[in-house]
Amino acid sequence: MSTKELTCIGCPLGCQITVEFDDEKKQVVSVTGNSCKTGDIYARREVTNPTRIVTSSIPVTGGDAVRVSCKTQRDIPKSMIFEIMQEIHKASAKAPLKIGDVLIHDVCGTGVDVVATRNVHAAR
Amino acid sequence: MRHDIVIIGGGPAGLAAAVSARKQGVEDILILERSESLGGILNQCIHNGFGLHTFKEELTGPEYAQRFIDQVLELGIPYKTNSMVLDVQPHKVTYINRAEGMVTVEAGAIVLAMGCRERPRGALNIPGYRPAGIYSAGTAQRLMNIEGYKVGNKVVILGSGDIGLIMARRMTLEGAKVEVVAELMPYSGGLKRNIVQCLNDYGIPLKLSHTVVDIEGKERVTGITIAEVGPDHKPVRGTEEHYECDTLLLSVGLLPENELSRAAGVSISPVTNGPVVDDTLETSQEGIFACGNVLHVHDLVDYVSEEATLAGKNAALYVQNGAKPKHEIPLVAQDGVRYTVPQTIDIATMADMVTVRFRVTGVFQGRSVCVYYDDQCVTRLKKKVMAPGEMQQVLLTKKSFVGHEGVKTITVKTEEN
Repeated sequence: MSTKELTCIGCPLGCQITVEFDDEKKQVVSVTGNSCKTGDIYARREVTNPTRIVTSSIPVTGGDAVRVSCKTQRDIPKSMIFEIMQEIHKASAKAPLKIGDVLIHDVCGTGVDVVATRNVHAAR
Repeated sequence: MRHDIVIIGGGPAGLAAAVSARKQGVEDILILERSESLGGILNQCIHNGFGLHTFKEELTGPEYAQRFIDQVLELGIPYKTNSMVLDVQPHKVTYINRAEGMVTVEAGAIVLAMGCRERPRGALNIPGYRPAGIYSAGTAQRLMNIEGYKVGNKVVILGSGDIGLIMARRMTLEGAKVEVVAELMPYSGGLKRNIVQCLNDYGIPLKLSHTVVDIEGKERVTGITIAEVGPDHKPVRGTEEHYECDTLLLSVGLLPENELSRAAGVSISPVTNGPVVDDTLETSQEGIFACGNVLHVHDLVDYVSEEATLAGKNAALYVQNGAKPKHEIPLVAQDGVRYTVPQTIDIATMADMVTVRFRVTGVFQGRSVCVYYDDQCVTRLKKKVMAPGEMQQVLLTKKSFVGHEGVKTITVKTEEN
């Protein structure tokens, strides 16, 4: 049995959550200190399968901006952040681009796309 | 030329104010934006976490901005980019741009939405040379995210404001090594989620009660020395630690950008560095309203949008109905409350509910926020934890003033539970 102290990131409240974890059964025994369901879900996931959204920007050609900001469309495993960043570093795109356009399909086999988070118009 | 409402600034505050004023029925609105595009600082804030309150989903900065830009475009609200406002006077705005030169327009009402800027190195009195490699965190953010520069390889960050924390993660992801974040205060000025996701996730140490005491390097930064500070914020001899690095980022506070407001004769609060406003967000100058980071520095854009929506609506009502007689009652911040916005309320004309936003002076656990009408406590909210980095709010209802019509002072303070 182990306990982990977490700061909930679900909202600005930032609840201090204590998770009791059974290391042998790989199961969460209890979650305390959270104020709402979001905290409970976050804490359980954070000790079993932590995930993050990765954001960055990649170069664009032929647009009214030289970079387009991007993100993983959904959460990806926290352990894969740097692997995914390596793919993002290799990527580039051509204008025009709209929010939501896929820049990298199924990044690192996660089943998650990297998508544009800003519009880039074609250069005038 | 004359416009019913002129909005200065096309960032999140200006956009939301414009949308709100139009929805209130004012047709003739003009947004003036200094940079080449609408959206303001959100364009370089490419991280996620925006809009949890407003849209119930987690957006990046540019996506959040686009939601409001789209509304402005759909409503056909006119805007001018690359247009710098030079002077504001009651009912008069002077701006300059390449196409028109210098232009003065009449304005039925004016909404100040100019945002804020970063406190620079010059305001800190850090000794040492002035080599390349010292950036405010927001400048580094722009260089990296918009222009695509690497900025630095080994980094020390002074100040744990949100932009500094965000940049610690961002630079790590781009291959830099962030050695340490030093914070002068015994607590972080940033949001908890940013400490967790930007520092803890990447094992970046946060050293509270520390500051930079020396910057080395003549052409480019080669090293930084930090030291612990005592309760007087002075470095303690013998606690110096040296870091080899090529970059120093400063995330040491934001200052509302109120040169135009001052020139317009608007009273500025020495605490918020923003205009003093009443419950309609009108400043001391009739017909000039303020919202967003020019009014007081926010940590969440959702609250900027909410505040700007109110300012836009009230600017529209002012244009439609003219000035109201005012009987303003002062809001006093006391005992752990650093300031309130608004600073006055008119209980005769107030909306059914007024949101009073404030910041506390330190990290408090187990204290309550209390509102007093003269010497009677009318609201008492228990708070688990409050920190200066996280803006607080308390709601005052019109109903709560029944029986208190003669109130002279409204006090917002903290008390032991």
